[in-house]
Amino acid sequence: MIHFILRRLGQSLLVLLVMSVLVFAGVYAIGDPIDILINPQADQMERERVSTALGLGEPLYKQYGLFLSHAVQGDLGNSFSYNVPALSLVFERLPATLELAVCAMLIAVLLGIPLGLWAGLRPRAFTARLIGGASILGFSLPTFWVGMLLIMFFAVQLGWLPSGGRGPTVDVLGVPVSFLSWEGLQHLALPALNLALFKLSLLIRLTRASTRDALQQDYVRTARAKGLKESRVVGVHVLRNIMLPIITVAGLEFGSLIAFAVVTETLFAWPGMGKLIIDAITMLDRPLILAYLLVTVLLFTAINLLTDLLYGVFDPRVRARLTA
Amino acid sequence: MRRIYWPLSCLLLLFPVLCLAASGRELRIGLSADVSSMDPHFAALASNVNISSHVFDTLTQVDADAKLIPWLAESWRTIDDTTWEFKLRRGVRFHDGSELTAEDVVFSLERPMTFNNRPSGFQSYVKSIVAKEIVDSHTLRLKTATPYALLPYELVSVFIVSRRAAEKAQAVDFDNGRAMVGSGPFRFARFLRGDRVELARNDQYWGPAPHWEHVSFRIVTSDPARIAGLLAGDFDVIDNVPPSDVARIGKDTRFALERKTSWRTIFYTMDQRGPPFENPTHDRRVRLALSKAIDRRVIAEKVMEGQAVPTANVVSPSVFGHVSTLAAEAYDPEGARKLLAEAGYAQGFALTVHAPNNRYVNDEQVAQAVAQMLSRVGVRTRVETLPLNIYFSKARAQEFPFAMLGWGSFSGNLALRSLLMTNDPSRGRGAWNWGRYSNPRFDELVAQSLQTLDASEREKLVHDAMRQAHADTAILPLYHQIAVWALRKDLAYTARTDEFTFAFDVRPR
Repeated sequence: MIHFILRRLGQSLLVLLVMSVLVFAGVYAIGDPIDILINPQADQMERERVSTALGLGEPLYKQYGLFLSHAVQGDLGNSFSYNVPALSLVFERLPATLELAVCAMLIAVLLGIPLGLWAGLRPRAFTARLIGGASILGFSLPTFWVGMLLIMFFAVQLGWLPSGGRGPTVDVLGVPVSFLSWEGLQHLALPALNLALFKLSLLIRLTRASTRDALQQDYVRTARAKGLKESRVVGVHVLRNIMLPIITVAGLEFGSLIAFAVVTETLFAWPGMGKLIIDAITMLDRPLILAYLLVTVLLFTAINLLTDLLYGVFDPRVRARLTA
Repeated sequence: MRRIYWPLSCLLLLFPVLCLAASGRELRIGLSADVSSMDPHFAALASNVNISSHVFDTLTQVDADAKLIPWLAESWRTIDDTTWEFKLRRGVRFHDGSELTAEDVVFSLERPMTFNNRPSGFQSYVKSIVAKEIVDSHTLRLKTATPYALLPYELVSVFIVSRRAAEKAQAVDFDNGRAMVGSGPFRFARFLRGDRVELARNDQYWGPAPHWEHVSFRIVTSDPARIAGLLAGDFDVIDNVPPSDVARIGKDTRFALERKTSWRTIFYTMDQRGPPFENPTHDRRVRLALSKAIDRRVIAEKVMEGQAVPTANVVSPSVFGHVSTLAAEAYDPEGARKLLAEAGYAQGFALTVHAPNNRYVNDEQVAQAVAQMLSRVGVRTRVETLPLNIYFSKARAQEFPFAMLGWGSFSGNLALRSLLMTNDPSRGRGAWNWGRYSNPRFDELVAQSLQTLDASEREKLVHDAMRQAHADTAILPLYHQIAVWALRKDLAYTARTDEFTFAFDVRPR
């Protein structure tokens, strides 16, 4: 078990190293951050001064060496465009994105699996067809368009919910969260729903297909032949067996929720990490890009690890292998 | 029992706060550009300056028409060619109650040059000052190395901070408000990066008291989201209304629009380097032909949907140095073809039209329209648009023969110094002269105008320089942008040439 976790951490360290080289080369290839950062009224001498102050005049390998030597001491440098430590900027925004992603994932899982199960158990029922049809719409409509519709309907026409922003937050152990106040929840509702829609549809379709597949299997027939109650057949035998692919997909999708929340965040002016990275890229803010990617890689590693551990909960065979 | 009382007492405690937030006198503004820092001397971004202008004052200021006016400095005069004396307004107090004196001013003028080892975007505005002398607590003398007429204009951009509060402050201290001690009409309340800035009225303000007790600036960079916020009633005012929404909001009886010709001029630079480079645009006739081939009226009316004014000037009408007699080049495709033939390009030539795609309003569409117009007179055009981070680096390296650029300046000769003076790094001239236009007579005129302290004489020099650049077709000015604000019908705003959105200029109708 410990072995397994350590190996995973080692792998992610390697990923981090490769990624930092790529970012350095990539930003260097795009352009000189000076041209974006500097005051247009500045003259050539001032450009030189700024370039020297940020260490951008040095050859690339020297800049990278300097970065590495600072990074191993935990210092990723100050953001070019915000003039504060890049890592603290990312952590400032991380809670907002995580909260949004967790809420979206909860909506997707808590609605998606029951709805998919329902549709898979009674494929011919009208409700099942409705769920299937709606899920097709859900993942074929583009996020930004659905988001606009949600805003136009719930905020502009009905005026029930705010059009964007995070609203007031409540501090829990120093981390600001929205879901503990009524106004915060109102602000959270639309962006979370918008972000959840695609995943929700995906989970419905996946659960429905897996359920229909499972129902054909011998063990279900056996269970029914034994005279087990339908609730036990579905709740234990079917559900347990379809959970493995669902966990895999949900884990992967949770990662992509965090990474691709940017469209929703921009549309709803949600101050999360997605907006931060887009701004960082447009400003060629290299320290910030690196800090963001570092945190994201670690986050993905953690999610994957968690997914693998969850397999063990549902599948005794995996559990045996993990503890061995 | 106690458990039930807990949330109840919380609510009761919160009640006055909620009431305060809800009671009138609160202005909610939706801004289109992100604010990167609260430190007023860090980044010279318009969005940062916009917020700083509420909390801090400057020595000089410009009014809504970009005319220089006294501010913290009640008056100024030149003692000799290189010495300026500024008289400070008396009785101005910082938010912490201390009085603003010449010491704070000197500290503020020095701070950008000694800035925590980090680059400050405000060095440009103070670097001409070589010595500072405090005559008395409210009189200050500034020396420049050479006569420099634009010092009062540049001081418009330098915020005066409290020496006591800012001396040891880091960026964090500004962001969390500890060092946000200014003398402006609003006090700092809260900064949530990427989300909002909240301000409260400074009741001890020396100038006219703002109408609003509380102001919140929300950052909403997405255009549709900002518009939706206005429509949903979440904002009272929004800036930067995109041209495509102007007509629609104009028809809505709940809202009013405020417009102003902005100081931002959009133009095309042309590569004018001679042999060994093969540049058709090295020939002035070709440059003039390109200018005649562009129908600026159509661009302003159709592509910009009326939110632009065609022009032949580098600076917009209210800015110092604008030449009102220069008319926008008339659309004349026949004349353009004739000029091209004269220059030996009867068969046209190939030209790539470059533009950024995330910088100016409708920049990409304008580039496409320009390219189409040029191809009508026989120039074989190709359009290439790039995000700003790639675009500026390449343009500065002279990789573009024909490139779009936008510029705003308080004074015409400042714009000319950066844009069109012969590129000379050692003297800080022509830093943005992408096309490498160079004319010694023009350089002389601009250089003289920068040194001429007499305003009317200076204006004449700037006008002559503008006419020279026009006669040489040094760049192709297209149009001045029109800045548009949308606000609740019962509010009024004094729209500004410099595009800033000042809460103290918003008032009930």
